Amino acid sequence: MDVMPKWVDVIVVPLFSLFLAAFLSALLILAIGESPMAALKLMIEGTLFRSAGWGYMLYYTTNFIFTGLAVSVAFHAALFNIGGEGQAMIGGLGVALVCLFIPWPHWTLAIIGASIGAAIFGMIWAGLPAYLQAKRGSHIVITTIMFNFIAAGVLNFFLVDVLKPTGSMDPASANFPANTHLPTFQDLAGLIGFEKAFRSAPANVSFFIALFACVAVWYLIWRSSLGYEIRALGKSGPAARYAGVRPVKIIMITMMISGALCGMMAINTTQGESERLILNFTEGAGFIGIAVALMGRSHPLGVLLAALLFGFLYQGGAELALWTKIPRELIVVIQALVILFTGALSLMVRAPLERFFISMQRVNE
Amino acid sequence: MIDFLTLLQVLDSSLRLATPLLLVCLAGLFSERAGIFDIGLEGKLLAAAFVSAAFAAITGSVWLGLLAGIFASILLSLLHGLASITLRGDQIISGVAINFLAAGLTVVIAQDLFGQGGRTPPLKSGGRFEPLNFPGATSSKEMGDAGPLMQLYSELLSGHSLLVYIALVTVPLSYFVLYKTRFGLRLRAVGENPAAVDTAGISVVGLRYSAVVIGGVLCGIAGAYIATSLQANFTKDMSAGRGFIALAALIFAKWRPWYALGACLLFGFFFAVDTRFQNILLPAWVLSGFLIFISLGLASYVWKKDYLDKVVLGGLALGVAIIALIIVTSVWQSGISSQVKIPVVFIQSLPYVLTVIVLAGFVGRAIPPKAGGRPYVKER
Repeated sequence: MDVMPKWVDVIVVPLFSLFLAAFLSALLILAIGESPMAALKLMIEGTLFRSAGWGYMLYYTTNFIFTGLAVSVAFHAALFNIGGEGQAMIGGLGVALVCLFIPWPHWTLAIIGASIGAAIFGMIWAGLPAYLQAKRGSHIVITTIMFNFIAAGVLNFFLVDVLKPTGSMDPASANFPANTHLPTFQDLAGLIGFEKAFRSAPANVSFFIALFACVAVWYLIWRSSLGYEIRALGKSGPAARYAGVRPVKIIMITMMISGALCGMMAINTTQGESERLILNFTEGAGFIGIAVALMGRSHPLGVLLAALLFGFLYQGGAELALWTKIPRELIVVIQALVILFTGALSLMVRAPLERFFISMQRVNE
Repeated sequence: MIDFLTLLQVLDSSLRLATPLLLVCLAGLFSERAGIFDIGLEGKLLAAAFVSAAFAAITGSVWLGLLAGIFASILLSLLHGLASITLRGDQIISGVAINFLAAGLTVVIAQDLFGQGGRTPPLKSGGRFEPLNFPGATSSKEMGDAGPLMQLYSELLSGHSLLVYIALVTVPLSYFVLYKTRFGLRLRAVGENPAAVDTAGISVVGLRYSAVVIGGVLCGIAGAYIATSLQANFTKDMSAGRGFIALAALIFAKWRPWYALGACLLFGFFFAVDTRFQNILLPAWVLSGFLIFISLGLASYVWKKDYLDKVVLGGLALGVAIIALIIVTSVWQSGISSQVKIPVVFIQSLPYVLTVIVLAGFVGRAIPPKAGGRPYVKER
């Protein structure tokens, strides 16, 4: 049987999907009476031509790396973790509890503690649906959706009834102590003598943790025996079971890793940016993880690139909303189109490309 | 104690809040019974709400709005059909994409058309579905003086918009179509065993498309209801997760039309209680007793189970017991029979918690249609 060259599958198909999404978005921008080229120029200038733009972009990217990796890890075991949003919310709760109630001497220790807190809380929140899937056969998509809503309720309860400082009207926790504040890119650039770079941009050191998570996930999936079992279960349940893989164990572990990654998103938003726990700090990043994972073909490198792309889109979208009459929601449309073309309609995108490249091969032979 | 009229008012708003859930739930019922998972119900509801409100605002006719809303919802259904039936893509991913598409497009277009930050202008009288008052019903001013039966008639039965009654009629209609017609039998069969339907020479693709389109029509009516009847304009993200609650209700109802009515009314009741009563007070001993009962129940259930069951459910039991302990210690000063406020969010989360319990199969296991979520590939 003829197959496409691998590079087409890995590079051309996602790029072609992106091109289709961009083309339809351009039509939409034309339809509301703006110029697509001017919009693209504005997005690039506002994001890539100034360091603060980079600072915002990498801040969003950090979130999307975590959630994108989380969805990817679950994809490898053929599990669909749509509950990233809820796991991140509960992770934020973990970060807040760790930062508020443990007197940290220095941020380097606080970030380790907060990461562990976030990961454990996210793990627990993903572990329950995983248990229900593994032992009771409840569909993980439905349970994780339900757990998103329950998480929103839990977060709301903690912010309104427990963590809110007395006398405050805002549903938010108290500010975290100064020793837990993470250095931003601005602080880091100041250390090496560029005081003016990344001014007031929210990107912070958790970006490096996200990069480290990419490497760790790559090692886990492709270089460890656990990763092999995860992929085996994802490819074929019966075959994996026959080879001695225990599905219950793998489903539990995979989902808990996925939940831990989603939870760790909160160190960027909660400890790094707002420096207190607020409502809606996730801003849909859990769902964007799905688009990132699909676009990045569930590979950490792909996830990193897709997360950069979405970080660019989010920062660029904010620029558009500021300077033109294109609302920020345009980015949501682009995101939907990317999910549609790389995920649901992938056959439509792939089939013609496949035909083209296979015929090319024949000509060469 | 609350009086009879207050109870009726709560039930009345339960019915109004249950209506969109019911229509969307039945939409999901048709789709999932035919083997197509539909996470995109939320998106279709939102798109229909926007399009109907926009058409009603521009043309001034609520009927044109309704038709346009249904049309928009059917378009998204066909997109879902194209992705998941014709192109055999992943149904979950397609649904997620549809939700985002609706969330983004509605605001972008609303902003372009009306320039009010993603809203439509308030609908004038011709652009809304007005409440239908039954003959002889008392007006709300004189409701206090009327007898209980009259109150029941005027408050609960009369005074809803036409779409509420349509939603209620849809339940027996769906039951009839699904269980008493040849089409319904085939539709259910295609969700359980599409290969058998195919062998009988009936088009699997055709049946699945018709199921998805029926779902589109129902979501369209639901969307028109929330934008032109429950409220009188479209606001950003106004579907507010109703599509997912309807999905929860569908599971709670175990994919059956009459149960769906019950589930949606129950969930509607939770929301009505939640909006009506800000503080729900219970004696501390009742609450902590209930929690300890659940905790003990879980603990006794896992007694002879696996290690994993012990860790997860035992941990859950421990957590519940700790909450009970916190409640007891917090009221220790004022005595065990003092009142404890139940957080509002608890009532809001109840539908989801109940759905998870049903899904877990501890109480009345819910088993989905067998072929759900898998595209049908003809054997070659």
